[in-house]
Amino acid sequence: MLRGWLDRARPLFEEQGRLHALNPLFEAVDTLLYTPGHVTRGAAHVRDGLDLKRMMMIVVIALMPCMGMAIYNTGYQSHLWVGGGGAPLPGWQSALYAQLGLGYSAADPVACLVLGALYFVPQLVVTFAVGGAIEVLFASLRKHEVNEGFFVTGFLVPLTLPPSLPLWQLALGVAFGVIFAKEIFGGTGMNFLNPALVVRAFLFFAYPAQISGDVWVAAMPPDAISSATALSQLAAGEITVADLSFTTSFFGLHPGSMGETSTFFCLLGAGLLLLTQVASWRTMLGVVAGAFLAATLMNVADPTTNPMLAVPFHWHLVLGGFAFGTVFMATDPVSSAFTDRGRLLYGVGIGFFAILVRAVNPAYPEGMMLAILFMNVFAPLIDHFVVEANMRWRRKRYGRGAA
Amino acid sequence: MSEHVLDPAETERRKKALLDPLFTNNPIALQVLGICSALAVTTKLETALVMSVALTVVVAFSNLTVSLLRRGIPSSIRIIVQLMIIASLVIITDQILKAYLFDISRQLSVFVGLIITNCIVMGRAEAYAMQNPPWRSFLDGVGNGLGYSMVLILVAFVRELFGSGRLFGVSVLPLDTEGGWYVANGLLVLSPAAFFLIGIFIWVLRWFRPEQIEEGN
Repeated sequence: MLRGWLDRARPLFEEQGRLHALNPLFEAVDTLLYTPGHVTRGAAHVRDGLDLKRMMMIVVIALMPCMGMAIYNTGYQSHLWVGGGGAPLPGWQSALYAQLGLGYSAADPVACLVLGALYFVPQLVVTFAVGGAIEVLFASLRKHEVNEGFFVTGFLVPLTLPPSLPLWQLALGVAFGVIFAKEIFGGTGMNFLNPALVVRAFLFFAYPAQISGDVWVAAMPPDAISSATALSQLAAGEITVADLSFTTSFFGLHPGSMGETSTFFCLLGAGLLLLTQVASWRTMLGVVAGAFLAATLMNVADPTTNPMLAVPFHWHLVLGGFAFGTVFMATDPVSSAFTDRGRLLYGVGIGFFAILVRAVNPAYPEGMMLAILFMNVFAPLIDHFVVEANMRWRRKRYGRGAA
Repeated sequence: MSEHVLDPAETERRKKALLDPLFTNNPIALQVLGICSALAVTTKLETALVMSVALTVVVAFSNLTVSLLRRGIPSSIRIIVQLMIIASLVIITDQILKAYLFDISRQLSVFVGLIITNCIVMGRAEAYAMQNPPWRSFLDGVGNGLGYSMVLILVAFVRELFGSGRLFGVSVLPLDTEGGWYVANGLLVLSPAAFFLIGIFIWVLRWFRPEQIEEGN
């Protein structure tokens, strides 16, 4: 039925049709729902018959558990605070929620989901509206079809942000990320940085007051309670890991960027991505190995001078954006390394630098975003050396002289 | 001089020397020279303006001097001679700034001194003044200085206005931290912002002048 409807609408958008200017938009909707007439045959992104849109759908499905958790936990944290003597954030979300008359109770999952959705869904809508508009604009200017590349980015962006981020800042960040990380390099598949992380990096440096410190819960805090993430409290020496519950951290019922808190739900996504071979296990393994290396070195070296140096390895895995970054950001096939051995090395770099930034740089309690962006830049270089090494190895093996 | 009728071709060449560096052959946008100082001094319009004037003066007079001496400079040591001339001019400029604009001179810190190593100055001396008569070289220097200034001032305008809500230190967009409505964009105060802005400038310029787009490789 849908197919028939799309086919009937098609003439409107073709060369002579009245709505030809909107053809890229039509094309995007059509191919999103159905496999396009012409699928990628070269090895642009994937090395098998799976086309790009199917692959992206799998990533989005893998993100669903995280998204559900993001919505629930955002609401849950707000309820905890309001119930504990704080107040709702001033803003239309709170006004609308008051109209619904659900009340503030952290024990009521429906109330948690509704309040969380009031913060998460607007961010998702703004991200897609701004990102989509820019995609359509560039596609029309270049007379291309709209690229589906923004589809996954759009879901990733709000998951990496605090719930209380003003929507206009989000819009600005998305515009910056899509234009500067992707469009100026030629669009999807040509970018060397992960666009979702560039959006976050832009907001992180442009509006530090809204994305670091006490912004992680969408409510006004009860007296003398900080909403700072566990990582920044650890870095400041206010708490030690002994004050935290590993299970709570693992399941993600603590403040943080909306989608990053739950290692458990990230692992569910990782399972699907690995099962379908959409994401590279080498990258993920590399990140964990790199983190293990850095954390162990620090534990052994001198854990007395800086509280972060003493944090054991397994705690790094459940705090902050480590799991989310490992599963969904580092594995982005476009901005990561392409060669198998390169992916391992690239992963190790991410894990190592993420922990290094967390522990050693006093300005940034979380290092995952910076580590991934940093290694994104090095990915082509890693590939280059892997290929070179392989050529040398083959030359040696087959006994040919240096060409 | 008034009786002297100028060859129209020469007038044309002089006009070109003065005006080409603005858009057609902008030292920053097309040749991508002098980027370092463009990052460092453009958080405020005031410093950008003073830096622009300083560079324009230096490049104009170094071009003039090099051109006057061009037949006497032995080719094997020409770079050394050019550097001596530029360094002398920069020291004079620096001393004048210290004497009359001490505050700004302090904010510019080493960047006035670093005009010596600014590729625009050396580049114009080597590429233009060594082959062209003094007056035209002087105009070329002024033109390149203006091309540089234009980019610097545009970048500084955006960075100061949106990064700290001010223009020439006067509050234009009242900041939220001071009870206003504007939330300052912290990224613009950081150096990378100058890269992005220069990038946008080049992008827009090449949109209108597609002939400046370099061949892909």
